Amino acid sequence: MARFVARRLLGMTAVLFAISVIVFLIFNVIPNSDPAARIAGKNADPALIARVNADLGLDKPLPVQYLTMMKQIFTGQLTSYAKDRNVVQQIWEGVPATFSLCIGAAVLWMSLAILFGYLSAVHAGRFADRALTILSLVGISMPVFWLAAMLLYFLSFKVELFPTGSYVPLTESPGDWAYHLILPWFTLAVLFVGIYSRVLRSNMLDAMNEDYVRTARAKGLSERQVRIRHVLRNSMIPVITLFGLDFGMVVGGGAILTETVYNLDGVGLYAGEAIRSLDLPPLMAVVMFGAFFIVFFNTIVDILYAVLDPRIRLGEAAPA
Amino acid sequence: MVSPIDSLEAPGEPPIPTGVPVAQIQGRSPWYLAWLRLRRNKVALVCAAVFVLIVLFCLAAPLWAEHVAHTGPNENHITDTVMIDGQETDVVAPDGTPLGPGLHGKFLLGADQNGRDVMVRLMYGGRTSIYVGLAAALVTTILAVIVALLAGYYRGWIDAVLSRTMDIIWAFPVLLLGIALGTTLSIGGLKAGPIQIAGDSLWIPILIIGLVYVPYVARPIRGEILALREKEFIEAAVAQGKGPLRIMFSELMPNIVSTVVVFFTLNIANNMLLESALSFLGAGVRPPNASWGTMISDGYQVIFTAPHLTVVPGLMIVATVLSLNVFGDGLRDAMDPRAKIRLEH
Amino acid sequence: MSAIMTVEDLRVSFATEDGVVKAVDGVSFELAAGEVLAIVGESGCGKSVTAQTLTGLTRASNARITGSVNYRGREINGLTDNQLRDVRGEQIAMVFQDPMCALNPVYRVGDQITEMIRAHRDVSKKEAKAKAIELLRSVGIPNADRRVRLYPHEFSGGMRQRVMIAMALALEPDVLIADEPTTALDVTIQAQILQLIDRLNRERDLAVIIITHDLGVVAEIADRVLVMYAGQVVEDATLDEIFYEPKHPYTWGLLGSLARLDQPRTTRLTQISGAPPSLLAPPAGCRFAPRCSHVFDKCTELPPLEARTGGTHLDRCWLDPDIKAHRGSERVAHHG
Repeated sequence: MARFVARRLLGMTAVLFAISVIVFLIFNVIPNSDPAARIAGKNADPALIARVNADLGLDKPLPVQYLTMMKQIFTGQLTSYAKDRNVVQQIWEGVPATFSLCIGAAVLWMSLAILFGYLSAVHAGRFADRALTILSLVGISMPVFWLAAMLLYFLSFKVELFPTGSYVPLTESPGDWAYHLILPWFTLAVLFVGIYSRVLRSNMLDAMNEDYVRTARAKGLSERQVRIRHVLRNSMIPVITLFGLDFGMVVGGGAILTETVYNLDGVGLYAGEAIRSLDLPPLMAVVMFGAFFIVFFNTIVDILYAVLDPRIRLGEAAPA
Repeated sequence: MVSPIDSLEAPGEPPIPTGVPVAQIQGRSPWYLAWLRLRRNKVALVCAAVFVLIVLFCLAAPLWAEHVAHTGPNENHITDTVMIDGQETDVVAPDGTPLGPGLHGKFLLGADQNGRDVMVRLMYGGRTSIYVGLAAALVTTILAVIVALLAGYYRGWIDAVLSRTMDIIWAFPVLLLGIALGTTLSIGGLKAGPIQIAGDSLWIPILIIGLVYVPYVARPIRGEILALREKEFIEAAVAQGKGPLRIMFSELMPNIVSTVVVFFTLNIANNMLLESALSFLGAGVRPPNASWGTMISDGYQVIFTAPHLTVVPGLMIVATVLSLNVFGDGLRDAMDPRAKIRLEH
Repeated sequence: MSAIMTVEDLRVSFATEDGVVKAVDGVSFELAAGEVLAIVGESGCGKSVTAQTLTGLTRASNARITGSVNYRGREINGLTDNQLRDVRGEQIAMVFQDPMCALNPVYRVGDQITEMIRAHRDVSKKEAKAKAIELLRSVGIPNADRRVRLYPHEFSGGMRQRVMIAMALALEPDVLIADEPTTALDVTIQAQILQLIDRLNRERDLAVIIITHDLGVVAEIADRVLVMYAGQVVEDATLDEIFYEPKHPYTWGLLGSLARLDQPRTTRLTQISGAPPSLLAPPAGCRFAPRCSHVFDKCTELPPLEARTGGTHLDRCWLDPDIKAHRGSERVAHHG
C-alpha cells in the first residue's frame, strides 16, 4: 500500500510540473504582444512596464522566465500590476467563500444523486424512473449561470424568499452564512445531480446482472439487503472516482460562474473580474492553482479508490 | 444467443433440416437494426425534429430581419419609438427600461437596453452559437479520431506520448483552460506560422472549445481501437499486405463510426454550454459577434428591470441542448446491442 | 425415499426482438431426499435456466415462467423474493459455475459467509465468524482461521469453489443445486470438488441437483440422471440404466461420443450430425428427429415422456422398446 501511495505521489509531481510549464506557456508565449506591456495592463505607463520587466525578468530566456514566475507565485509575490494588489493574497482571501460553496454543493448533490440514482435503478422503466430521467436531462442541459440568474430573479427578487447573493463568512453568522448560500448550493448541485444520478443508475443496472448479485439472492438475503449491500456498494466505486474529479474541477474553476452571478467573494469571482479586464497575472495564478488542486485531489481519490476496491490495492488490474 | 443455423454441413451429406425454413432468414446489418430501434424511440425522434426546427429558425434570421422586424441585429433604436396597438411607445424608456415582449412584428421579444430587436438578435445569435457548437464538435471529433487511431494502432511510444498529452490537457478543468486560452488568444489573435487568425474571429472560440474536449472523446475511442486491434480481421488485413493507413480507414474506422456519431451529437450540446459560459464571462465569443451567451451576459446587467433579456436566450440554449442530449441518448440506446433483450412480454 | 421436490411442467420463455425463445419447454422430475440428480445436456438445452428457476432466480423482465415447483408440499414457483427468503439458502442452496464472478469481489470471504448466516439466524458476529471458519475447514480449506479474512481473488479457482460450497452449506440446507460447479476448473481440481460434493451428500444426507454437460462428472457422483435436449427432458433414469440401457437416440449419441480407454486408438469418435434446433420455433414433432438416424414416420408427432419399458426409466422416443433395448446395449457393447 505504501508503495502504491508513493508511486501515485511521484506521478502527481510530474503532472504538476507539466501543468505549470503549460500554464506558463499559455500566458507568456501565446499572446501576441509585448509581454511586459500586456502584464502591466491596459493603462500602463513606461515606468510600470519597466518595473514589470525587471520583476519578472522578461528579457531573459524562457526557462529563466519560467523559474522567476514560479518563484513569484510560490513565494506569494505575484502582483496584479493593473490593480496593484498581491495576487496570491487575493486568492487566499477568496478561498473560504469558494470552499463553502463547493463543499455545501457537493454534499447536496451527492445525497440527492445517490437517492435519485438508487430510486431510478430500482424502479427502472417505470414512471418514477422516467420522471427522474427527464429531470436529470433538463438539469444537465441548463447553463449554470443562467439557472443562477433565473433563481436569483424569481426567488430573490420577485418573491423575496432568499437574499440576493453576497457572501457572509461562517465566523460572522452561521445562520446567515447558510441562508445566503442556499441558492448557490442548489444552483451548483443541479447540474451534477443530473449527471451523477444517471451514472449511478447505469452502474446499478449493470451490477444487477452480475453473478454475485444472483449469489446474494440465492443466499436468501432480503431484496433491500441485496440492493444496498451488493448492488449499491459495488456501483458506488466508480461514482466516487468521478466525484473526486468533479469536486476538484468545481473548486478549481467550475464555481466561477456561480460566484459571479451570486456575487460571492470567492476565487471564482476574482477570476471573473480578471477576465473582464484581461488582467493576466491573477488569471495565471488562478488557473495554476485550480489545476494543481485538481491533480492533487485526483491523487487522493486514486488512493481512496484503492481503499475501497481491494483488487486495486493488491496489484491486480481494475476490472473494466 | 440463438441462431437458426450454426453448423456447416460436411460435403456430401444431405441438407440438414432445422426448425426455421432458410427463406425466412434475412441478413440484417447492425446499422439496419440500430435504425429500427431508433425508429421506435418516438421521444428521441421528436427531439431530433426540435433541433432541426431550431436550426431552421436561426437560419431564417435574415428573412425575419428584413421582412418582419425591419431591422438588423446590431442596429440601435435607443431613441426611436414604435407603433404598438395604435400607440406610440418608446423603444427604450427614459429610465433605461427597454420594451418588453408582445405580439408585434417589430420587437416581438422586446428590445435590449441598447434598443436592439431581441428577436432578431436571438436568431442571429443562435446562428453563432450553433455554428460554434457544430464547428467545434467537428474539430474535436476529427482530432480525437486521428489521435485515437494513431495511439491505438501503433501503440508503443506513439501511444505513450499521445496519451500523456491527452492526460495533461484533461488535467485542466475545461472551463479554466477555455478561459486561459480564450483570454490569451483574444489579445492579438493566433499567429502560428502560416495560420493567422484575428483575435475576435469566431475561429478562436471554435478551436479552443474543439481542443478542450479532445481527450474526453479520444480516450474511449482509443480503448475501442485497442480492443479491435486484437481481432483477427486486422491480422488478416495485415497479412494481405494492407498498409497502416488503409487498415485504419477501411477496417478500424467503420467499426468506431457508431461511437463517434453518438459522441459527436452529445459533443455539440457540451460545446454550446461551454461556449455560452465562456461568452458570458467574456472569454468566448467577442464583440462584434453575438451569441446566446453574450446576450445573457448583456441581459444580466438589467435582469431586475428587463428579465426577458436573460430568460429568452437561456431558454433557447436549454431547448437546443436538451433536444441534442435526448436525441444523443436515443442514438446511444439504438446502437447498444444490449438493448436487444429489453422487450417486455 | 420420498420426493422432497417435485417439478411439474416447468416452462420458461424469453421475449426477444426475434420472437419468443422457449428455453425450458415442459420439464418435470422428482428429487428424493439424499439423492444426487444429474441434469445433463449440451449448451443451450435449458439445464441452467431450469436450475435457476427452481428458486426463482430467473428474473429477466422479459421472462415468462409457468409450471409447478413443489418443495416439501409447498408451491414455490411464483413466490416473491421476500417470500422465498426462508427457502433460499436455508433449505435449497446454490453453487454456481464461475466462483470468481459469483463472489462479490469487494467483501472478504468470511464476511460474505457471516452475512448469510446472520440474515437467517440471530447470532452475534463472533459466533457467525466462528461458524464461517468451521465451514471453511469442513470443505478442506487449510488455515481457515487466516483465510477467512481474504478476498475472493486471493484464492485459487478450486479453493474459491470450495468457499462457495462452504457458504452454501452454512445453514444446513436439504438440497444443494450445483450449476456446472466444475466447468471452470482444471481437471484435477474437478475431481476434488466432485469428491467433496459426494462426501457431503453421504455424510449429511444432502440432496444434490448437479447440472453438467460432462458425462464423466455424471458417472462420478450421480444416482439419477436427467438428459435434456432443446428445452425438454428426453430421458430420466438411474445412473446404471443410463449408461448400460440408454433408451433415447440422443443419449446413444452422447455415450457414443465418449472417449473410452478401452477403445482402439484409431477409432474416430462418433459425432451427432447436425445442430440443436432453434428454440424460437422448435420443430413440431420430436425435436431430435432432424438429427436422428432412427427417424421414422411417427416422429412427426412429439412423444410424451413416459416409462415405456416399465419401472421408473422414462424416455421420450417412439421407437419400439425391443429396438431400444437392442440398439442401446449394442451401442455400449460396440466400443468395448
